[in-house]
Amino acid sequence: MSFRYEMRLSGEGGQGLVLVGKILAEAAAIYEGINATQSQSYGPEARGGASRSEVILSDEDIDYPKAVDLDLLLALTQEACDRYVKDLRPGGHLLIDEDAVARVPEGELKIWAVPFIRAARERLGREIVANIVALGFITRLVGRLSEESVRESILTRVPKGTEEINQKAFDLGLSMAEERGARRG
Amino acid sequence: MTGNEACAEGALAAGLEFFAGYPITPSSEIAEILADRLPRRGGRFIQMEDEIASLGAVIGASLAGAKAMTATSGPGFSLKQENIGFACMAEVPCVIVDVMRGGPSTGLPTLPSQGDVMQARWGTHGDHPAIALCPRGVRETYELTVRSFNLSEAYRTPVILLLDETIAHTSEKVVLPERVRVVERGRPSGPPERYRPYAETETDVPPMASFGRGYRFHVTGLAHDETGFPTNDPPRIDRLIRRLDRKIRGHADRIAQVEERIEDGAKVAVIAYGSTARSAARAVRMAREEGIPVSSLALLTIWPFPAEAVQRVGGRVRDVIVPELNLGQVAHEVEWALGRGPRVHSLSRVDGDLIRPVQILELIREADAR
Repeated sequence: MSFRYEMRLSGEGGQGLVLVGKILAEAAAIYEGINATQSQSYGPEARGGASRSEVILSDEDIDYPKAVDLDLLLALTQEACDRYVKDLRPGGHLLIDEDAVARVPEGELKIWAVPFIRAARERLGREIVANIVALGFITRLVGRLSEESVRESILTRVPKGTEEINQKAFDLGLSMAEERGARRG
Repeated sequence: MTGNEACAEGALAAGLEFFAGYPITPSSEIAEILADRLPRRGGRFIQMEDEIASLGAVIGASLAGAKAMTATSGPGFSLKQENIGFACMAEVPCVIVDVMRGGPSTGLPTLPSQGDVMQARWGTHGDHPAIALCPRGVRETYELTVRSFNLSEAYRTPVILLLDETIAHTSEKVVLPERVRVVERGRPSGPPERYRPYAETETDVPPMASFGRGYRFHVTGLAHDETGFPTNDPPRIDRLIRRLDRKIRGHADRIAQVEERIEDGAKVAVIAYGSTARSAARAVRMAREEGIPVSSLALLTIWPFPAEAVQRVGGRVRDVIVPELNLGQVAHEVEWALGRGPRVHSLSRVDGDLIRPVQILELIREADAR
């Protein structure tokens, strides 16, 4: 039975969403042997402005490289959430930053409101690793990607000298998913 | 890796020795990677003052015998046109990568487009030959970058590699081959004093000496004779311009690269290229799943236009759909190739977003039901 799993990671420029997409795609393609494409869309700004990154996983060749029917949407800003929630398939996972997204959409969705940014700031002292906290949470939801593959992929992709804090951020995301009973489905 | 990374890898595999460029989104990563990699293996990387000078430097390097390339996007591609004409006229092999973004002018720096197809053919003035290739994905970007170098060396002409922002910035898994087939330009074998740099040969491609190796010759953008010196003699001018055209047109069947699939009983065909061919592939698959047979053609060579393949695929159907991220630049060529045959439907998108597979599927359904 063929599968195609579509994810969109959205927020604003500088939040590290493209990096998270690359880590997920590499974990799948290089370490798990699943086909993966990662693409991105952003404005001309270096920071700020809408930013999104997409990852498609499949056991077949991936023809159309962009997401059309999302299985998972991560929204770290209200704007991103408002704009993209319509692209989620019924029953898809909507993952929002609890503090950044005040108006939570309704619908036939599995909604996970999690304070990624606050947790990164308060428990790790570095807001910048909120993306990796979210990555930990996503890893639990996707299911097809093992924790080890994603961890390997993180270590090859994050800047030298930041491996430890990023590992902690990943662990934090995994445990936050655990606490909330988040798993594949 | 991304399409831009694959392009840089392909260039290195093809034997790139010299890169000159001026950074511009969405092509900058090509320059960034080569700035690091090329000097490590004895090549040269120069960031020039602008795009015109970049191609000027590339032409100079190629005349000195180096395999050379530059990379840019629409606004820079416009600036390069003058020197593309010079490279065509002086028959200087080189590769120009244009990562297409929305235009005209500075347009949409970070969003995809296929709006430079006609500029790749007719951007520089005068009758001139043109080769342009257009990959559909990351692996194919690697392969067609190598092929761009090979064709430019084989035909002593500039080759344009048309990527678009989607392919340039999409990451896919690629297994790089251990070795690739590499073509080197034909070089003169006779004594230097008898060398004619623009000799009329059987293949229409004269052998090319490298500057500084004992062969002295004159290079000009003016119409010239076999020695390379300017001429106003009508028969000589005529022979030159016709040879330049024939050099590519006469080998069009060898340069053409397409992927075609003719389905029995299909009333509809989809003809596409670049990232849009991926939308088309998915739409065709969805249609087949619905029981609608559809023929398909992906153009990897855009120029010279693969008219024969278009006729093979389009000549057997009633409707041809051409999805592209411009207002019908290739659709017009398809219409021309098919003459009074099937109806050609141009499906255009120019808002910076990709054509969705379902947009093509809807047209397929409509055409099939007619």
